[in-house]
Amino acid sequence: MTTTTSTRPQTGTAKISVREVTKEFDLGKETFTALDRVSLDVADNEFVTVVGPSGCGKSTLMNILAGLEEPTSGEALVDGATVTGPGPERGVIFQQYALFPWLTVRKNVEFGLRTAKMSKGERREKADHFIEMVGLTQFADALPKMLSGGMRQRCAIARAYAVDPSILLMDEPFGALDALTRVNLQDQLLETWSREKRTVVFITHDVDEAVYLANRVVVMAARPGRIYDVVDVDLPYPRTEEFRLSHEFAELRNRVWNSVYHQTGPDAERTGD
Amino acid sequence: MSVSTEPSTSEPERTTRATDDDKADDTGRSRAVAGPGRGRALLLNLLSVLLGIAAWWGLAAAGFQLPTPPEVAEQAWTLARDGTLADATLASLLRVLAGFALGTAVAIPVGFLMGWYTVARNLVEPWIQFFRTIPPLAILPLAIVLLGIDETPKIFVIFLAAFLTCVISTFQGVVSVDRTLINAARVLGAGDAEIFARVVVPASTPFILVGMRVGLGSSWATLVAAELIAAQKGLGKLMQDAQLYYDLPTIFVGLIAIGVLGLLMDRLLLLAEARLTGWQERR
Repeated sequence: MTTTTSTRPQTGTAKISVREVTKEFDLGKETFTALDRVSLDVADNEFVTVVGPSGCGKSTLMNILAGLEEPTSGEALVDGATVTGPGPERGVIFQQYALFPWLTVRKNVEFGLRTAKMSKGERREKADHFIEMVGLTQFADALPKMLSGGMRQRCAIARAYAVDPSILLMDEPFGALDALTRVNLQDQLLETWSREKRTVVFITHDVDEAVYLANRVVVMAARPGRIYDVVDVDLPYPRTEEFRLSHEFAELRNRVWNSVYHQTGPDAERTGD
Repeated sequence: MSVSTEPSTSEPERTTRATDDDKADDTGRSRAVAGPGRGRALLLNLLSVLLGIAAWWGLAAAGFQLPTPPEVAEQAWTLARDGTLADATLASLLRVLAGFALGTAVAIPVGFLMGWYTVARNLVEPWIQFFRTIPPLAILPLAIVLLGIDETPKIFVIFLAAFLTCVISTFQGVVSVDRTLINAARVLGAGDAEIFARVVVPASTPFILVGMRVGLGSSWATLVAAELIAAQKGLGKLMQDAQLYYDLPTIFVGLIAIGVLGLLMDRLLLLAEARLTGWQERR
């Protein structure tokens, strides 16, 4: 990490620890370095957002944390154990919602509970709780095709929460939604998070979103994908519209904005190491 | 496998489906025809059929060598009364159902294997591609020599016809399952067997049903042709005999029976499709 301003997560106690992770893709003639020796620690119950230009490897980083991809070198640790595949302690929310279209909202939320061999009654009770949490009780028996984009993502959030993961990995979850729905869902997500604390790694390309949600914003750079800057957002929750319009928010937002959009080249960066 | 999941197409199911469509209409996502439009469509269908019969009658009256509709109806009545029509229909129907059921029952697991395991795909695919280029009917002479002249060769060619169409669409279905859905199941803790049963199978059902519909069509076509060549009874045989005696009304009865039965079977599958794949978003 180059201009690390955060010292908060102590190595060893970190919930998530990314150590020198490099990921290369073979493109035939050449290799593409999606991630170049990325290291990052995330503390328990921390809300970290990762923002960066396209091609900076932020989604690759998330897939590695989710266990859907393997790093070329280095390792990702969760609770001190190396990630070797997906696990129920890590819930993932995808940009494309990834709801099973043939299942109702309730059955979607119950999917992971059935996998965990939970009894029918218990499953139902738990699913209903999380469906209520995201405000979809009325639509519990509806199929995904009947739902709007925002409702689908809320269902996906309920589904991820239902298996009770200690970590939520969110890959541009609100990226496909209109601005108004997005703001609403951000507030709902924070509200949920404050009630049911989880460690969150949230990928986004939206600077406002990154600052609004996070304890800490990780800015990445592309070619090769690497961590460029880490910005602490030392402002209290709950965050409201007032915060969105505040001076502090604007300042942080400008700082992150500059980090994302006025990145210096990798060579200039390296000399700072 | 598929055959056992074919639902009984009873009236209540039909109505459930209809209300589903209405709901979808509200959100502007439906492709279904609305209530009054549907009635009009049926009326137009009926009108078209009546006009067609009238034209046929007109041609017959104008001196073409065609039997008139009443002659055909009378012949149908005669054949129905002495049991000839029922016998022939039953014989044909049993052949088609046996061949088609066997064909899909083998095609679906083979298609899944091909889609799921690359090794299986590479082993099976050349054979399927090869046999696909041969019309099943062309196998009939060989089948008769090897399998005898009774039911077996006929059912075998129908089996081939159904198998070849259904196996390819099942395979397509498995291959085109959305990667994100598989990932979603994996991160929810599902293992390979579970992903297969709870994601791959339902996700490829629409493809399988389309394959079954096309397969049923080609089974039916193959059957009638097979019966024209070699059969002791069946609708094709009925028509073949009628040809010898210049019995045009009976040929018409056979043709109409074949058409109506094909249509009915297709409608049954369509109902199954609506029920099993109603979750699909249609554009």
